[in-house]
Amino acid sequence: MIETYKYPGTDGKFGEFGGTYVAESLIATLEELKEAYKNAQEDPEFKREFDYLMKEYVGRENPLYYAERLTEKLGGAKIYLKREDLNHTGAHKINNAIGQGLLTKYMGKTKVIAETGAGQHGVATATIAALLGLECKVFMGAKDAARQELNVFRMELLGAEVITVDQGTATLKDAVNEAMRYWVQHMEDTHYVIGSVLGPHPFPQIVRDFQSIISKEAKAQILDKEGRLPDKVVACIGGGSNAMGMFYNFIEDKDVELIGVEAAGNGIDSDKVAAAINRGSVGIAHGAKMHMLQDDNGQLQGTHSISAGLDYPGIGPEHSFLFDTKRASYEYASDKEALKAFQELSRTEGIIPALESSHALAYVMKIAPELPEDEIIVVSLSGRGDKDVEMVKAELEAGKND
Amino acid sequence: MTKKRIEEMFAKLKETDDKAFIAYIMAGDGGLDTLPYKIKTLVDAGVDLIEIGIPFSDPAADGPVIQKAGIRALEENVSLRQILKKLREIKDDIKVPYVLMTYYNPVFHYGLREFTKDAEASGVSGVIVPDVPLEEEPELKNELDAADIAIIRLATLTTSDERLEHILDKAEGFIYAVTVNGVTGKRAGYSGEVFDNLKRIKSKSGVPVCAGFGITSAEAAKALGEHCDGVIVGSEIVEMFHRCEEEKIKNLIPKKHASHAK
Repeated sequence: MIETYKYPGTDGKFGEFGGTYVAESLIATLEELKEAYKNAQEDPEFKREFDYLMKEYVGRENPLYYAERLTEKLGGAKIYLKREDLNHTGAHKINNAIGQGLLTKYMGKTKVIAETGAGQHGVATATIAALLGLECKVFMGAKDAARQELNVFRMELLGAEVITVDQGTATLKDAVNEAMRYWVQHMEDTHYVIGSVLGPHPFPQIVRDFQSIISKEAKAQILDKEGRLPDKVVACIGGGSNAMGMFYNFIEDKDVELIGVEAAGNGIDSDKVAAAINRGSVGIAHGAKMHMLQDDNGQLQGTHSISAGLDYPGIGPEHSFLFDTKRASYEYASDKEALKAFQELSRTEGIIPALESSHALAYVMKIAPELPEDEIIVVSLSGRGDKDVEMVKAELEAGKND
Repeated sequence: MTKKRIEEMFAKLKETDDKAFIAYIMAGDGGLDTLPYKIKTLVDAGVDLIEIGIPFSDPAADGPVIQKAGIRALEENVSLRQILKKLREIKDDIKVPYVLMTYYNPVFHYGLREFTKDAEASGVSGVIVPDVPLEEEPELKNELDAADIAIIRLATLTTSDERLEHILDKAEGFIYAVTVNGVTGKRAGYSGEVFDNLKRIKSKSGVPVCAGFGITSAEAAKALGEHCDGVIVGSEIVEMFHRCEEEKIKNLIPKKHASHAK
């Protein structure tokens, strides 16, 4: 078990996971980023600016809300929701986007690029680009752009250019490749704002650090409300940034169970999933060693999830490590279960959750009734569901017609 | 054979003050059955070394031409395993050294030891793995060393002198000098800075230095070749094969002082 947790090591690894599996062309830029991040961490002015924007612009701290009606309805463990959905732009993604936006300026660069799946990270990056006066391009798989049309418009409204990617499976993983290709040609003035705890070192660390504010707040809030730590902390996992942010400050509290919930798509045993740990194996792609969905020849596989934000074949290397060391466990929820949780939270609490977060909620709704009433579960409500309403409407109507 | 074959090739070119012309092809593009024909075509055209590309689902270092070729190969269900098997069948007919250019995951998933064994049996002289920089090289290198297969390292324009020293230390086969900051594929031209950097790398290197990325004509190949030991042409050749215009490949190869077309 992990006593004091100090990862990644100087080699950029979490145990055997992570690392710097990138073309030589990127090495110099990653070195520059490492150096800049190290300096920024030690710079009180950087921290002051970050804290200021978190409070005044994002609206932190956000509540740790006791979902009393949901708890009563399920009749088991007490459920608290960490309300990342109340952040400006509607999801946890803004925490990291602000951090990396400030880092971009810190490095003297004037442009940012980003990849996006659901569009949340793209919107967050476009937002901070507007705020900080940076030029912004967002790469988005053509398939994702079609199913999140409003987010595309939102980014454009914020002054960003959205570049749709037709290559490969035309989803998040292909947007990552295209963003990497663009970056390697424009490193001098451009920073790549990676949206999740993915990619080569130091990205998984940087994104985790900026997202760790989620658990920093949640930990203080639960101690304040309940006078003790929670029994379980639950978050959904695509790349895993909200989960890493939600887990981080609890890692050393070994009595707190950490649970990530992957997307099981049409069902965990079907061929339409996005569950890297439950269905994948260890491989190397997008700059890091991690669990991922791949075929017998080491080709990354196409994924499926009702939620574009979870539709990614890999998982952040730190999650691979937490899984490998048994510090966290990784469960799953299907499209159907997520849809049900989406409606359930809307009706019982008047909160419409993102489809991504609905996966974590679906798992909690499954286990809570079986647990004693004095157990405490903290769930990351990573984003709000406004962006998904149209999609859910179509799904429910299609379901009725079946 | 293995990596010694690369050394012999460069030594022979040096005798006549000639530069190596290295061609990249995507194995499996157009079907794996076309591989022997493509290799023979290249050798007949006067190519000195062949880079055999392995298709990968997420080729982050490649431009559009090679990406598309890789997708075509994957649509034919071509795998690293099948490519090695095919090479094993025809290895005695291939009159020039050949190396594999592959992203790391297909190799990692194959198993490093098993891959090394099969690559050796298939007559592979070296491997180029663009997403394995120096930092991540040891686990792969340990295996390849046992079979005397070269791991060919890349250096770029942005590689610092200090880092270059590490890259050149114990370098094998040749150094793949990336002439542009970017991905594979066409470029408008090269600046003096490129030549200076090539000279910088060449002056410090104990192994031959070959320039690649963005070379699309014999003129560009010749101009770059003057500052190093050879050039690598990829996208243009992949595209010529795809368009069934392979008779044009020989026009990309600068004339040599000594003809050693086989």
